Amino acid sequence: MSLAKEQRIVLNNYDKINPASIDEYIAQGGYQALKKALTMSSAAIIDELKASGLRGRGGAGFPTWLKWSFTAPIEADQKYIVCNADEGEPGTYKDRLIMDKDPYRLIEALTIAGYTLGATKGYIYVRGEYPQSQQSLNTAITGTKAAGMMGKNILGSGFDFDLEVFSGAFAFVCGEETAIIESIEGKRGEPRIRPPYPGTVGLWGKPTVINNVETLANIPAILNNGGKWFASIGAVKYPGTKIMTLSGDVVNKTFVEVPTDTTLYDIIYGFGGGVTGGDFLAVQVGGNSGGVLPESLLNTPIDFDSMMAAGGSLGTGAVFVINDKRDLLDVVKNMAHFFTEESCGKCTPCREGCQRLYDFMVKVCDGKATVKDLKIANGLARVMNKSALCGLGQAAPTPVQTAIKFFGNKFEEKLLQNS
Amino acid sequence: MVDSYTNVSVDKIIAEFKDVKSGLLPALHAIDEKYKVIPEEALVKLSQVFNIPVSQIYGVATFYAKFAVNQRGKNVIRFCESAPCHIAGAAELVAAFEKQLGIKAGETTLDGKFTLEFCQCVGMCQEAPVFTINQQPYFNVSIEEIPEILARF
Amino acid sequence: METVTAVIDGCKVEVAKGTTILDAAKTVGIKIPTLCYHPDQSIKANCRICVVEVEGVQLLQAACATAVGKDMVIKTNTMAVREARKTVLELILAHHPQDCLQCIRNQNCELQTLAHEYNVRENRFEHIDENLLLDLTSPGVHRDPNKCIKCGRCIEVCERVQTAAVYSKYNRGFKVGVAPVLNLGLGEVACINCGQCVHACPVGAIYENDQHEQVWDAICDPKKHVVCQMAPAIRVALAEEFGLNAGELEMGKIVAALRQIGFDKVFHTNFTADLTIIEEGNELLHRINNGGKLPMITSCSPGWIKYCEHFYPDFLDNLSTCKSPQQMFGALVKTYYAEKASIDPADIYSVSFMPCTAKKFECIRPEMNSSGYQDVDVVLTTRELARMIREAGIDIVNIAPEDFDAPMGMYTGAAVIFGATGGVMEAALRTVYEVVTGKTLQDINFTAVRGMEGIKEATVDLDGLEVKVAVAHTTGNARKLLDAIRAGEKFYHFIEVMACPGGCIGGGGQPYGTTNEIRQKRIDAIYDEDAGLPIRKSHENPAITQLYEEFLKEPLGHKSHELLHTHYTKRSLYPFSKEEK
Repeated sequence: MSLAKEQRIVLNNYDKINPASIDEYIAQGGYQALKKALTMSSAAIIDELKASGLRGRGGAGFPTWLKWSFTAPIEADQKYIVCNADEGEPGTYKDRLIMDKDPYRLIEALTIAGYTLGATKGYIYVRGEYPQSQQSLNTAITGTKAAGMMGKNILGSGFDFDLEVFSGAFAFVCGEETAIIESIEGKRGEPRIRPPYPGTVGLWGKPTVINNVETLANIPAILNNGGKWFASIGAVKYPGTKIMTLSGDVVNKTFVEVPTDTTLYDIIYGFGGGVTGGDFLAVQVGGNSGGVLPESLLNTPIDFDSMMAAGGSLGTGAVFVINDKRDLLDVVKNMAHFFTEESCGKCTPCREGCQRLYDFMVKVCDGKATVKDLKIANGLARVMNKSALCGLGQAAPTPVQTAIKFFGNKFEEKLLQNS
Repeated sequence: MVDSYTNVSVDKIIAEFKDVKSGLLPALHAIDEKYKVIPEEALVKLSQVFNIPVSQIYGVATFYAKFAVNQRGKNVIRFCESAPCHIAGAAELVAAFEKQLGIKAGETTLDGKFTLEFCQCVGMCQEAPVFTINQQPYFNVSIEEIPEILARF
Repeated sequence: METVTAVIDGCKVEVAKGTTILDAAKTVGIKIPTLCYHPDQSIKANCRICVVEVEGVQLLQAACATAVGKDMVIKTNTMAVREARKTVLELILAHHPQDCLQCIRNQNCELQTLAHEYNVRENRFEHIDENLLLDLTSPGVHRDPNKCIKCGRCIEVCERVQTAAVYSKYNRGFKVGVAPVLNLGLGEVACINCGQCVHACPVGAIYENDQHEQVWDAICDPKKHVVCQMAPAIRVALAEEFGLNAGELEMGKIVAALRQIGFDKVFHTNFTADLTIIEEGNELLHRINNGGKLPMITSCSPGWIKYCEHFYPDFLDNLSTCKSPQQMFGALVKTYYAEKASIDPADIYSVSFMPCTAKKFECIRPEMNSSGYQDVDVVLTTRELARMIREAGIDIVNIAPEDFDAPMGMYTGAAVIFGATGGVMEAALRTVYEVVTGKTLQDINFTAVRGMEGIKEATVDLDGLEVKVAVAHTTGNARKLLDAIRAGEKFYHFIEVMACPGGCIGGGGQPYGTTNEIRQKRIDAIYDEDAGLPIRKSHENPAITQLYEEFLKEPLGHKSHELLHTHYTKRSLYPFSKEEK
């Protein structure tokens, strides 16, 4: 058993309070951070975030303070803060936990964000698959308004803020930040060309900051305890904690919030209780866009940079374990299929490429692929990585690519012999 | 059968979102919730109310998997086909439903009661395989339980 | 002007800040391939064929969408770039019919050209044929959705330039397609048949309803007396089909080619363009003097007419009741000409060469049979004319020129300029001024209504009668004008609307790939032609005078009403909808 310990920041109130009750949230120290923030300048809040080293928890790992610092100084008649709650990466349900179990935390964070950025309107873009989370947030928004902490002149600060829950409608690509904007505007969720970045030209052309649920949920604690405190937790370059959700062939299909220097091994064998149904074969970290990694990489800490260096990615923090009794190629085929359904279809490499990678995996699984096919798939994946319009298309080949890289023998066994 | 739509009721649903700046998707949700389909009449009404070309509304309605422009059954059963559910035996579950209802995934029963569809991860991977009926998730269902679940609808 | 300097493939460039890599590369002679890019449209960056390497940036950058940054080092021909381009091309080609030889865009297709330039000899991806149904529902424009490469150019031109918004993408991922609402046909929705989507399309997915075989059939039928008319915008653009610059082809050579093809009589639509001016000018004066509905709006452009019927039915009474020159011509050929030549109109086969796909719809409108027969039997576009000339093996560039047949081949400069935006207005003003004032115009060039500006306005003093006029080209600009009139912000007596950008010279039946730059060249050629003609005012056309004397008697008279004027039909915005029907 490992020595790694859970540390709950964003899930601190999980199952401790009635999620619908603002009083219970306040009793746990809720809204202290907002009160504090309202006495601070925008620049001071951003400095605190800078000191904390908080980086995005949605998959891209961009420093939160830096994102905010682009938009906060812009003079505009309207700015927006949008919460990306469209978590659609298979195996991921971290944001749902926060929204269902501690919605006020997210609302407090968004209000702080609104204040810091000068955004008087916020949207929480919740995936359509989560009606219960939408309900939880709507209840909390009503509660917050009733308590006088949303609306006009919040707590006498002169700051007005309004928040709306916006439901997605089953489109994975709407987790991409410019696709969210298109979707809220009532359009097909096709990512935009950047630049301009949403920080300057976003929702309805106005400066817009888009942050992930888990990222935002860290902010109240950072303001309460100071950026330095946060920076001291976990990995130096990607400090704090990360919620990891475990699924697949693991004993405890559960979730944990751990410091970011925790290793994959500790998560699977410590918190997860090890592999079920067979021995460890592979783990896909970060959702369907993440790499399929072998046992030799299990000592990698989960932080963004370490995972990247190891050839994988932290992504959303999903940990999908596959045992050695499984047909890995069949599982990878399934992963490739996901993108044929979820590519928006706007750019050629992704629209056509995702289908071709899936076709390749079908051929492999049917024992009809050749060495040449493998070479073609690798080349195609490379092109998608480099030339697809958005992150979805760039990452879509990852499962196939990493499977070829780390489990090449599985492919070789299935390739036509005389090819 | 699904509540049959009338222009009056479609109008009423849409009117609620008329002045909402981001009203198109919420209006589509409301129509979908009531009828499980975005009928042609609604495409026209939405175009008129939001002053958006009807072609564009069609483009939006067909982009999002939640919406359908072809009639669905009264109850929409969706099976997660993402990897965690896939290895947990989603295919067997789908096959059992298909057998029970006598239709293939993507089809609607003749009585208009059920439609079977695939969907991607619904974020309940701790209890795979997952399926939803009218968005209500069901976990760890054994094949023997299917008739009893269907009988509730 | 603020500039930035950068290096592209080793060449130093200095360009205005904001210039894209694509445009900057052009300045040093480097051509970066494009597919979704169109010079008259917004940047889409979805095909990804134009990706280039920028030093220090991990991802390849779309040259069409990326501005040159300070001291950027750009490489357009590295291994990664070549691999990406070739892969993108192969991906598109593998999901595209392989029937280039039969394709209407063979040798005139952006995708085919790229495949040639990039030496695609084999495709690493298996061919996928979706077997989607062809859309043959519209009499003007046909679609082969299998050929669509999802660039979105047709969607943009229809939505933003024409504001008809017929097309959208549907579905997502690999199943994305482009189609009208509910995947209906163009003939089933509020499509105006303008054919601008044909020019927008880089491949053979959208094209005219090609009817040139029908004309061959008629020509080969000894019982048929085959006559043809030709719109003023044809000559300037037909030149481009034969490797010449706009306007470089002499009119007489086209006449000679048509005779050689086998037409019994070669006439010119310009004849009835002059006639239109007489009828329409008189109608305008009649409306002004008798409190008729104003503004009066021109009715020559069938794309515009259908647009008005769908989108602005409350303006139908504002439309001039004059038929278009094509339809006036059609009605006269089977009456006036038939009588004069003693030919049974039943034996006349009337062909119209037009720069226009909407004319194919216009000629089959049920009201267009005032001669007792369908007035115009078939409309062929400039492209179809070029096909016939090529099929007939005629060396049009070197053929000896010939004259039009009399009397319906006689025309003035005023008729010629019908082909350009503002031309009908200018032609009308030349005549109306002289008719009203009784004076001779000092300067017959009304330059205020010329040019590519979307909406042009002018006030003309007709001896104390101030006539306010406006000219709009593209139905999007017409929409702006009508909205302003509806809102009471603007008042005009007379408005010219042409559905296509630049007027008929930019019509949907002109050579493939017409851009605004090409349109401008054609416009210049049109005004050159006008300036070089001996008679430049419609009312001075002696053949028109003769027509009134011998046949019509007087403008707006009984016979004119019977043959030259028409009415319009209110059409739904949602013609497919049960409710609207």
